[in-house]
Amino acid sequence: MKSYYRKLDWWLIICYLMLVITGWLNIYSSIYTEEHSSILDFSQRYGMQFIWILSALAIAAVIIFVITPKVYSVLSPGIYLIVLALLAAVLFLGKEVNGSNSWFVLGPVRFQPAELSKISTSLLLAYIMSRHNFRLANLRDALLTAAVIFIPMALIILEKETGSALVYMGFVFMLYREGLNGWLLAFGFAFILLFITTLAFSPLTSIIIAFAIAAVLNGAFSRQTIKQSLIAAPVAVLLAYLPAIVSGRRFEFLSGTEVEYIAVIILIPIVATAVIYGIKKRFRHTKFMAVSFACAILFIFSVNFIFDNILQPHQRARIENLLGIEEDLKGSGYNVHQSKIAIGSGGFLGKGFLNGTQTKYDFVPEQSTDFIFCTIGEEHGFVGSVIVIFLYSSLIIRIIVLSERQKNNFVRIYGYCIACCFFMHFFINIGMTMGIVPVIGIPLPFLSYGGSSLWSFTAMLFIFIRLDLERWR
Amino acid sequence: MNNKSRILAIGVVIVALVLVIRLFFLQIIDTEYKISAENNAYKYITIYPVRGLILDRNGNILVSNRNSYDIMVTPVDLQPFDTAALCRIFSIEKEFVREKMAEYKKNRRRIGYQSVVFLKQVTEQEYGIFLEQIYKFPGFSATSKSIRDYPYNAGANLFGYTTEVSDEFLQKNPSYRMGDYVGASGLELSYESVLKGEKGYTIMQRDVHNRILSPLAEGAYDKPAIPGKNIVTTIDGELQQYGEYLMQNKVGSIVAIEPASGEILSLISSPGIEISKIANISRYYNEIINDPYKPMFNRAVMSAYPPGSVFKIVNGLIGLQEGVISESSQYPCRGGYYYTPTRILRCHAHRSPLDFPHAIMMSCNAYFCYVLKEILENPLYENMDESFAKWRSYVESMGFGEKLGSDFPAELGGTLPTAETYNEIYGKGSWRTSTIISLSIGQGEIGTTPLHLANLAAIIANRGYFYTPHLVKSIPDSTISERFTERRYTAIDSGYFDPVVEGMYMAVNSKPGSGGTASRARVKGLEICGKTGTAQNPHGKDNAVFICFAPKDEPKIAVAVYLENAGFGGTWAAPIASLLVEKYLTGEISRPELEKYMAESNLIEAAKLYKRE
Repeated sequence: MKSYYRKLDWWLIICYLMLVITGWLNIYSSIYTEEHSSILDFSQRYGMQFIWILSALAIAAVIIFVITPKVYSVLSPGIYLIVLALLAAVLFLGKEVNGSNSWFVLGPVRFQPAELSKISTSLLLAYIMSRHNFRLANLRDALLTAAVIFIPMALIILEKETGSALVYMGFVFMLYREGLNGWLLAFGFAFILLFITTLAFSPLTSIIIAFAIAAVLNGAFSRQTIKQSLIAAPVAVLLAYLPAIVSGRRFEFLSGTEVEYIAVIILIPIVATAVIYGIKKRFRHTKFMAVSFACAILFIFSVNFIFDNILQPHQRARIENLLGIEEDLKGSGYNVHQSKIAIGSGGFLGKGFLNGTQTKYDFVPEQSTDFIFCTIGEEHGFVGSVIVIFLYSSLIIRIIVLSERQKNNFVRIYGYCIACCFFMHFFINIGMTMGIVPVIGIPLPFLSYGGSSLWSFTAMLFIFIRLDLERWR
Repeated sequence: MNNKSRILAIGVVIVALVLVIRLFFLQIIDTEYKISAENNAYKYITIYPVRGLILDRNGNILVSNRNSYDIMVTPVDLQPFDTAALCRIFSIEKEFVREKMAEYKKNRRRIGYQSVVFLKQVTEQEYGIFLEQIYKFPGFSATSKSIRDYPYNAGANLFGYTTEVSDEFLQKNPSYRMGDYVGASGLELSYESVLKGEKGYTIMQRDVHNRILSPLAEGAYDKPAIPGKNIVTTIDGELQQYGEYLMQNKVGSIVAIEPASGEILSLISSPGIEISKIANISRYYNEIINDPYKPMFNRAVMSAYPPGSVFKIVNGLIGLQEGVISESSQYPCRGGYYYTPTRILRCHAHRSPLDFPHAIMMSCNAYFCYVLKEILENPLYENMDESFAKWRSYVESMGFGEKLGSDFPAELGGTLPTAETYNEIYGKGSWRTSTIISLSIGQGEIGTTPLHLANLAAIIANRGYFYTPHLVKSIPDSTISERFTERRYTAIDSGYFDPVVEGMYMAVNSKPGSGGTASRARVKGLEICGKTGTAQNPHGKDNAVFICFAPKDEPKIAVAVYLENAGFGGTWAAPIASLLVEKYLTGEISRPELEKYMAESNLIEAAKLYKRE
């Protein structure tokens, strides 16, 4: 029994406990009022959170000491189906809370099946992908994997919990580890980047970026990165000045101040020689790159269409706000603006526990749930915030490291799945409070107020800790 | 660890670094957010400026300010209090308090730490009692705000009212804040930018417990409020009040203009908003808006009335100018004018035939039917379209058919038909003079506002030109718009006005029994020149109309009186106009029994309520 304790992964458990306690204290601080000054006042959220923490610890204990780890792989299809049924049922039986249709309400208890679904999906993914004949390159297996991910995701989108659904996109990192081509991932990111630059700057900027990416990748494939970049750079510069050149606006030869135009004139012969050189050498992969580049151009020009016709107005407003296209500090940008003020006013050391002014007077909405990071930023400053970020990254990296140590594929894949979930929550939530990710209402695991999220993240983590223990058997 | 897992772990570290760098910028480098946070932690207490006064042409105060007390609540500071005691002070229902509290709770996110209005415009006595007991109600406070006060019991429609800004207005005008007052109609609206002044503020510090501590740096950063500027109007307060007194219990309007300047001396629309209600319009708003006589509707500048016989002057002037008639032209009147062999436009009994001045004096319908016929069937023009267009251009030059361009915001333009109007009704080429003969006597498709008619009187008084009628005489530090100081010439030469003036003089001043239509307007020594009108109203009794100016030479005042459903212009409108002129020119009334009779007559019962747009 003693060795059992020693073999538990205490790194993860300590990270977990520190995050949970940090969360509790900050919930207390964020809604603290003098007439309810006890942190154990159960009429207030901080009192309730204490109960949620105790019960979460009980759940953790049950997972570690009671449940045989075998059940997870054996029962995973069953669990998955039950959770799917709950996800579907909540659409009809659920209560609407804050505009989303994803809560079961039983008297005082509220519960969101979407939280459980992350665990069940992770388990089932681990189960099917750890079978000995599974190959991601095999079309049937790939489709099955996609279905396991997309079915709960679709149901959650129907429940209007788009934020939670987005978390499932994180599984792509797990798939990458399990054999997905890295270039596919890179292309995915490249297209997201192009989407943003098209909206934030202009299609031309995106074309230049697409061109630069294509050139660098082409160079990387043909192992001539430096030469290719040397060719591409002047072309990119030339493109950047295309509008000015075409319109002839203020373009007078050697007119004096316009240094960049003179630079362009000097660059033209260099570009010409570089292009001729490239054609002569006939680089491999160039065709593939050309096709991708063409796709990128097509994509860039369809972005405006997608933006105007497919996205919902509030989503548009959030993206516009994020990209600084339209800053609406009282409307859709209000939360983020107030949240940035709260964090920014914290300074290096923060204003001290219970001394935040911004989070206290309801300047920041949802401060004990989705915007809990503001309280930390304001009251504990740069130092406190960095510690929280550090705790999260070590938690995630520790899960990755442990997963790699597994002999059992099931445990490794499950480990990656939950690492992805934690990562998505961590990045989206904290990024949102600082205005580098659009406002997507998902909680910060272990810190945000709420029983259903705390329980499910605890279960998620402790299932992994228990499975990890099997390594020693 | 294999290659891919290493890449993923590095990815996590990179993302963590991105977040840390962002934090570094937000918390260490950027000072903008710290300042914003300070803004949130200071309380700006607004100091409201005093709104500019509105003075009359003689420097009398028409609109001033007085203090009003609002009871405010800061919901975050509220603690349980004695509801019954609060209700006693302000004599309000407990239910009201409960509703308010529920409302604050619902909107607590939006309200934040701000103060909101709990009760508006409580009495001075209530305010005093409340101040004594304020310690019992933590979270409540009282502010005094300046609201409008009206020393003269007149001019409510003219001045307009101020009202708390609406959400819609706030969206369009970001410089205003919730709870500000803004001019919503009349002069308050036209001259809002002059009257409003500039708000100031005191900065108070607050601590973490949201308690207000003290003024920041002893007020060094405070900004004092700048009071609004006073405006001097062209209105004569006494005259305005007198006109409203005469117009009580009547439906209609009076407009008086100083011909030599275009300054409006009084502008009365009756029934209007009562002056006692306008300072607290929100309380009476529903009552006013539901009043069947539409007191908000400013008849003087908005109603498009048929001008009736007053319009004969216009046709006569056009006839003279066009050369189709002369001063001595005579036309017969056989009890009216047969515009087809069997159809007659009737006239009243008078001797016949008449020359031009006498036709004006006796207001002969037939005479002006002939005049219109001569104008429209002038062989100089190829067809009706052309001659009608010419006629219309003359009418337009006298200001009809469009807004005159006064500084009164609600002014409307009336209606004036075009050849196109008739082409649409009757078909091109199939209408003749006989079709539109009623225009000769100011009936039919024409609509004029009382302001138009007063302006016509001013044109005649000036013998051929006018100034755009306006209400504001001067504003400190700025000049009056050029459009109010420019003469606007009509298309009629000034010589043609003499026979008109002659006719109008005779209409008022000729011997009793000689056929003058407006002898009731005669005031000894004032030389009033006037023209009556009795316009058909499809809704009940005829409208009584009268325009006049006085004295005959170098006129000082031009007046138009329009009474709905009153009857003959000579019976009702003419005496009222003459009383007004007398009051203005001499300051006293020589016919007190007539004044009494006019003021006490009730014509409102007869006025038919028809739907106005």
